[in-house]
Amino acid sequence: MTTKQKKTTAVEKKLISLADIVVTAAERSKDPTFAIPIRALSNVAFNERKGLIEMGSKKQARSFFNVGMAKKFMQTVLVADALSELQRADLTTSLREIYYRTKHTIKDSHENTFDTQDESDPVIEDLEVSLAALREELHVRAENSGSIVGPVVFADDGDRVDCSKLGKGGYSVPSIVEPEYLEIRRCTADFLLLVEKGTQWNRLSEDKFWRRYNCVLLTGNGQPPRGVRRLARRLHEEYKLPVYVLVDNDPWGYYIYSVIKQGSINLAFESNRMAIPKAKFIGLSSADPERYELPRNVGIKLNEKDIARAKELLNYQWFQKPAWQSEIKRMLTSGLKYELDSLANKDFQFLTKKYLPRKLKEKDWLD
Amino acid sequence: MSKKNASTLPVPSVSPKTSAPEPAAPKKAAAKPAQLVTAVEMGARQREISVSEFFTKNRHLLGFDNPRKALLTCVKEAVDNALDASEEAGILPDVMVQLEVVPTAGHALPASQATRFRITVMDNGPGIVRQQIPRIFAKLLYGSKFHRLRMSRGQQGIGISAAGMYGQLTTGKPVKIISRTGPKAPAHYFEVQIDTKKNEPLVHENKQIKWEQPRGTQVSIEVEGRYQKGRASVDEYLEQTSIANPHVRLIYKTPDGETKDFPRTYHELPPAPREIKPHPYGIEFGMLLKMLQDTKSPSLSGVLSSDFCRVSPQLAEDICKAAKVSPTMKPRDLKGHAAETLYQTIQATKIMAPPTNCISPIGEKAILSGLYKQIKGEFYTAVSRPPAVYRGNPFIIEAGLAYGHRPDDQAKPKQPAMPKAEGEHEEDNSELARVIRYANRVPLLYQQSACATFKAVLSTTWKNYGVTQSRGALPGGPMVIFVHMASVWVPFTSESKEAIADYDEIQKEITLALRECGRRLGLFIRRRERAAGEYRRRNIFELYIEEVVEACNRLKGGTLPKEKLKAQLQKIATSRTGGMKTDEALGKTSAGPEGLPHSIIVTAEGIEGDVELASHIEADAATAASAADADLLGATEPKAKATKRTTNKAKPATGKSTQAPKGKAAQMALFVEKPATGKTSSDKAKRPDKPNKRNTPDTRTNAVAPREKK
Repeated sequence: MTTKQKKTTAVEKKLISLADIVVTAAERSKDPTFAIPIRALSNVAFNERKGLIEMGSKKQARSFFNVGMAKKFMQTVLVADALSELQRADLTTSLREIYYRTKHTIKDSHENTFDTQDESDPVIEDLEVSLAALREELHVRAENSGSIVGPVVFADDGDRVDCSKLGKGGYSVPSIVEPEYLEIRRCTADFLLLVEKGTQWNRLSEDKFWRRYNCVLLTGNGQPPRGVRRLARRLHEEYKLPVYVLVDNDPWGYYIYSVIKQGSINLAFESNRMAIPKAKFIGLSSADPERYELPRNVGIKLNEKDIARAKELLNYQWFQKPAWQSEIKRMLTSGLKYELDSLANKDFQFLTKKYLPRKLKEKDWLD
Repeated sequence: MSKKNASTLPVPSVSPKTSAPEPAAPKKAAAKPAQLVTAVEMGARQREISVSEFFTKNRHLLGFDNPRKALLTCVKEAVDNALDASEEAGILPDVMVQLEVVPTAGHALPASQATRFRITVMDNGPGIVRQQIPRIFAKLLYGSKFHRLRMSRGQQGIGISAAGMYGQLTTGKPVKIISRTGPKAPAHYFEVQIDTKKNEPLVHENKQIKWEQPRGTQVSIEVEGRYQKGRASVDEYLEQTSIANPHVRLIYKTPDGETKDFPRTYHELPPAPREIKPHPYGIEFGMLLKMLQDTKSPSLSGVLSSDFCRVSPQLAEDICKAAKVSPTMKPRDLKGHAAETLYQTIQATKIMAPPTNCISPIGEKAILSGLYKQIKGEFYTAVSRPPAVYRGNPFIIEAGLAYGHRPDDQAKPKQPAMPKAEGEHEEDNSELARVIRYANRVPLLYQQSACATFKAVLSTTWKNYGVTQSRGALPGGPMVIFVHMASVWVPFTSESKEAIADYDEIQKEITLALRECGRRLGLFIRRRERAAGEYRRRNIFELYIEEVVEACNRLKGGTLPKEKLKAQLQKIATSRTGGMKTDEALGKTSAGPEGLPHSIIVTAEGIEGDVELASHIEADAATAASAADADLLGATEPKAKATKRTTNKAKPATGKSTQAPKGKAAQMALFVEKPATGKTSSDKAKRPDKPNKRNTPDTRTNAVAPREKK
């Protein structure tokens, strides 16, 4: 708790520095300008040694007296103001609340500072990157959209949470899982299984898969939010749990795996904290339908978007391993994608009783 | 002087003969199976089908598919007839349409649930002579319009008798007619039905009655129908009719008991269309054979030169020579192969395009006034194309456009300065343009996507004109697109006359007209945006400086010298945007109508463009509104001057002595007409030269001339 106090001031100082930029520029009759690192593919690099996507050094100037940027500039200052207010009051909030807090009609006009949340969210990300402050440090939390179950014990706000005694619903992963908010008291699991879909997580949880194989089951309901990724990383780092990722067999599934493993393009600046370079891709692989005798008719034809996305993946530096190239190409050749749910075609409990046991036994995964 | 809207339905082709040859063939082939019917037995079953019986079974072909559409079709037929008759007689039409719910099983239902309606349509037209009334209203395929090539509404459907028959089929009630040809003549009251077997009228009631109308016709039909507002409703039909016919005053009494008044905003009758002979390019082979049979001319070359337009005696001889037939032979003797050669020769011969002065376009001014009256917008424009020809039929395409929200509508939310909630911004984008289509001034309400006009709207690249448009969709934004085709023969895609067929020549003309409208709209939008842009550039910084300074001050814990920082930032802003120059430009660059012909622009400050026209419409609307409360039928205090003007003008155009005596005309107006103002006198001055110009041989310049005049 003592460190927290110190950090707060550091972040607040950074926020106040934005006001200083405006004041200094005004005194020198210069156009006030913020430099904001670019969050796009053009400004990320794959660090092969670390196995991480890292952000480059390209920056974009956001200046006030430019018709195209004036509003964005004004919005940036407003969001900085709201964030520093959070710091002073020592509160956490959601992206949406920030949007409502900063929204008002500009004096003597009919124009709103923000019209939709889509305008304020990127500004917050801009500030995270340019101030090199984590979202948690800015006291902004995302929605809780992840669940965990298994032999782990947390301490959350002083409450002891034993994830092996929470039935089949599990514990809802909070969006901020830094040690000062969520303490991991104990973990006796052998590995961690991160499942893309809530439905399949439910299947595994209901079948008590975690008990038989002594593992932690984690899901992020689709693209895992930061809290889930960060928690997986902490369990991996602090308790040396190997991480296996179970996703649909489609380009989006591959990408979810790659985000967990190397980090994402948009949040490249957080890779160091979030990515799990040793995570393994356990399924569904494009080789599985044949190996597990899934009938062709439970596949779904790849649409144009899928194909385009798969081809993009082929070009990403972090998918250059021969095994991955052939994995993706195999999908393109077959022209089909498979959902995790399609395993139910064989048996309702096929995933729990046949698929995963065999996968784990054969150590059949991709790196 | 019949007031009959005869059908163009291909009923004659359904004569029993067509069915005869077909059964004959299978009979020969199938000699063995015994259970088959013999030719004799079949012959016993083959008999004539009366037109009326055919209708009974095929009413969907004529627009009576379902109760809702049937109600609309009945109204449409009656209104089209009223307008055609009045215009032909040179009378500015006053038409009253009334829909009443007929109580079924003893109690009256609300209009939205009722299934039986009485449609009453009354006009101030020339009336109908007594002996013709039964046949016009109770005999299918009887009338004046079918046998001539002349632009009229009445190609549309089979006519009022079909509506009457529909009523008879669904309710068993006769059609009730009151008609009077002039104040001195008695008014006749008829109740008629159709003998569906013989296609002959049955008169149930015939008497002279007292009628408060000095002249005109009133038809009353009871039908099974369904009244529903919205798309393709009676309401929409009348509203659109009023847009394309601003010279008509329409009163509409809805079944809900409301009275809607569509005032007259254009006080001139459209020039009367002229009848033409068919052009050789426009006829089919069978038609040619029929003309050869029916002709009064003794020689083949005579037929060609006297029964067709644009064929001189010399050209007729040349054609005969080229087809290797004798020009002097009897037309009836030309048969088989020789006739076919003649037909092909005609099609291959270069013949001058048909005369185009037979068509009466609505006119740019009238379209503009119609749009301005009915649609609240910011920008209006109208384009009349010069006449063109498809397959030997002359036609004119007109297009119009109304765009935007009227400033006083926009101003409403501004007054209380209500902060905008999320999503309130994008209302402009969600809306798609509406296309209103007309053929010979009649609104087309069904089968939009099959219509050449709609396709032309889709294929126009509206993005070039500053309007959003997704691929293969209508342009976005608050916009009404008006397209009108006037022709002696509008090519419809089917008998139900709902969509215009897709001829290349027609498509091209529509596209050109739309592009011109679009170009003007683009100019307007760009000009407006430029003005707004300048305003934004200057204001944006001033607005945001306040916000930025306040936020910085809060960040710094309230220790900033705010006023100083503000002043510093404002100085930078001024130096960046060019300071006063922008302000000056602002005042001058507001959107003006220069360079935009036939357009009206409505801004918060007032109206620009055809201001004179616009202000007249507003004045008219005001008078109409005040007059609307008065009893329409009882209004017998007319302005003599106005009515006289009308009858005088119309006379040279139609060349028919259909009007009532001038002295009495004073009492004939149904509604109080607008007193003649400055505008009407200018019309008078302009008017006389129009008919003259129409008679000049060069039709093309003639048609363009009125456009350039303005």
